[in-house]
Amino acid sequence: MKLITVFSRLIATGFAIAFTASVMTTAALAEGDGGTPHYPINHPKHVHWSFAGPFGHWDIGQLQRGLKIYTEVCAACHSMDLIAFRNLKDLGYSDEQVKAFAAEYEITDGPNLEGEMFERPGKPSDRFPGPYANSIEAANANNGAAPPDFSLLAKARAPERGFPTFIFDIFVLYAENGSDYIYSLLTGYQDAPEGVEVGEDTYYNPYYIGGKALAMAPPLEVDSVDYDDGTPQTVDQYSKDIAAFMMWAAEPTLVERKSMGFKVMLFLVIMSILIYFTKKSIFMNLKD
Amino acid sequence: MSGGHSKYVPVNGVMKWMDERLPLPRLVYDSFVAYPVPRNLNNWYTFGAILSIFMVLQLITGIVLAMHYVSSTDMAFNSIESIMRDVNFGWLLRRMHANGASFFFLAVYIHIFRGMYYGSYKAPREVLWILGVFIFIIMMATSFMGYVLPWGQMSYWAATVITGLFSAIPIIGVPIQEWLLGGFAVGDPTLNRFFSLHYLLPFMLVGLVILHVWALHVVGQTNPTGVEVKDLKKETVPFTPYATMKDLFALALFFILFAYFVFYLPDYLGHPDNYIRANPLKTPAHIVPEWYFLPYYAILRAFDFNIGIPFTDIVLLDSKLAGVIAMFGSLIVLLFLPWLDFAKTRSGNYRPLFRQFFWIFALVCIGLGYLGSRPAEGGYVTAAQILTTAYFAHFLIILPLLSILEKPKPVPPSIADAILAKNKAA
Repeated sequence: MKLITVFSRLIATGFAIAFTASVMTTAALAEGDGGTPHYPINHPKHVHWSFAGPFGHWDIGQLQRGLKIYTEVCAACHSMDLIAFRNLKDLGYSDEQVKAFAAEYEITDGPNLEGEMFERPGKPSDRFPGPYANSIEAANANNGAAPPDFSLLAKARAPERGFPTFIFDIFVLYAENGSDYIYSLLTGYQDAPEGVEVGEDTYYNPYYIGGKALAMAPPLEVDSVDYDDGTPQTVDQYSKDIAAFMMWAAEPTLVERKSMGFKVMLFLVIMSILIYFTKKSIFMNLKD
Repeated sequence: MSGGHSKYVPVNGVMKWMDERLPLPRLVYDSFVAYPVPRNLNNWYTFGAILSIFMVLQLITGIVLAMHYVSSTDMAFNSIESIMRDVNFGWLLRRMHANGASFFFLAVYIHIFRGMYYGSYKAPREVLWILGVFIFIIMMATSFMGYVLPWGQMSYWAATVITGLFSAIPIIGVPIQEWLLGGFAVGDPTLNRFFSLHYLLPFMLVGLVILHVWALHVVGQTNPTGVEVKDLKKETVPFTPYATMKDLFALALFFILFAYFVFYLPDYLGHPDNYIRANPLKTPAHIVPEWYFLPYYAILRAFDFNIGIPFTDIVLLDSKLAGVIAMFGSLIVLLFLPWLDFAKTRSGNYRPLFRQFFWIFALVCIGLGYLGSRPAEGGYVTAAQILTTAYFAHFLIILPLLSILEKPKPVPPSIADAILAKNKAA
């Protein structure tokens, strides 16, 4: 009798799982042929980041190199309007260095007592001025598509991970999708495969999230930025450095978050153990 | 109070003085200290306490966040980022609030499924259950409006899609939509009223939760056997310290999971597009809600056909309206659960067939959730239609049929007997 119940239950569960699975497979199959194409064509490449994992920390040298790339290359087109010069202290610069850095920028301020806007050297409290006066000018200068602001890009570009990878991500603490994406995009420019047409003034890149080609020309090449710390001046290294810098820009509190997280987790685990034994001893009194 | 007489004895003159004027300490004592709970409760019964703590957590973090937030379409996005970057521990408050909403829903779903499995909605607990459904619906409204406040791309387009649902109602739909938005499209007036309501609704939620707990304390808790308490002395334990310690331990474990996401995976449950400022001119490739709305989103989009009289061109319900009705219907049907399932046996432990269908229903909900995250095209729509049918069939066909046809297993005569039998087996 028992065996029959177990058996029938097994059949019922099997049926339920088979039903759900078949529904899902039909769905996935039907979606696979034709339909809208999915981008990016390739999943981002994985890079080992110093800020990954529960004990992640910034590589200060890398962030400084990233800042150099940003100011010398990217800032020609991309704004970064959430970052103030004072934030650069996170990158290991002193107050004086930040002041000197800020003073190199011309900031529009005003109006003064005559009602006129005026230019003055930047102060640490100023934010990075953008390359364009407004988004319309930015779009006009770039074939109608304004280059995106850098401040949050490392968080805003994260290709879908798909099933079942997104479940494993919870256990391996994978949260570097954005910087992996930026690195892959910058190193992913290549000739379009045969038979693939790309639009005029766009560049084929299988890692691009918005289509098969993007309007940004490959921005980095060998030796385009001079490093004074002996780090190789390759596109690969540049891409890593700027991606790490962008992750910092997107979440300057990332390292603070992780280090506090460890303390909180430790506290919670110890507290749980204490509560467990308190609970156990209280329930001991209940035994009949 | 199911415990009958109050056991409260004031410990000193001050408390006695207070007790004779406003017996608030007596109320707290009787509700959270002496209140008798069945002694065979398992850990699935701890989620009520977890939920009340999370509600308080959301209120506290939310009130502080509101001190720094600016509800204007020009400044909302940047004000959130200034909370993340410049406010002391602002990143922590904001992460806790955003992930707190997700964990609030995770806990409420477990709480609801526990109620469904053990038949907690059956007489005399119908009002308790219905209050719970209202709490759930207000929670959904609150979290939806909260999601709009950061004014990212997903915020904006979620607001557009959801308020657009009202336009499906014939004749009065469009005026209602414009009245909700305060204009012809989502904009400043919408953001401001959503902020106002996002602050108001949680307090209504607190009111409903108080009623929910009151109703619970009138009828008493169910337990895994589904048999009512017969002998207070043998079958119950006082809430404090027994239930308090048990809830506290479960809460601590739940907090570890919560902290894991807040500190290590704070963006895991969110959508990257919400890190892009709202842009009314650019629609995201796929508009998806937060994970806890995905099953309902799948039901909404399952209706890609008009419902009309066959072989004629007469349309009774166009696809959009049908989807809206089905989506709201999937919540409304919960209100009638105490009468749709009228089987005498309360607990799923003694209903083998019910139990199988319960788990199938849980799978259906997870499947709908997955489909809600996929684009509404091709096989995904067909799958969503099948699972939507299964969802409604569970409530409208299977539960009433099971109530009539199923032969339940014998129920233990009392909780005490069940505990004794279990101890013997162990």
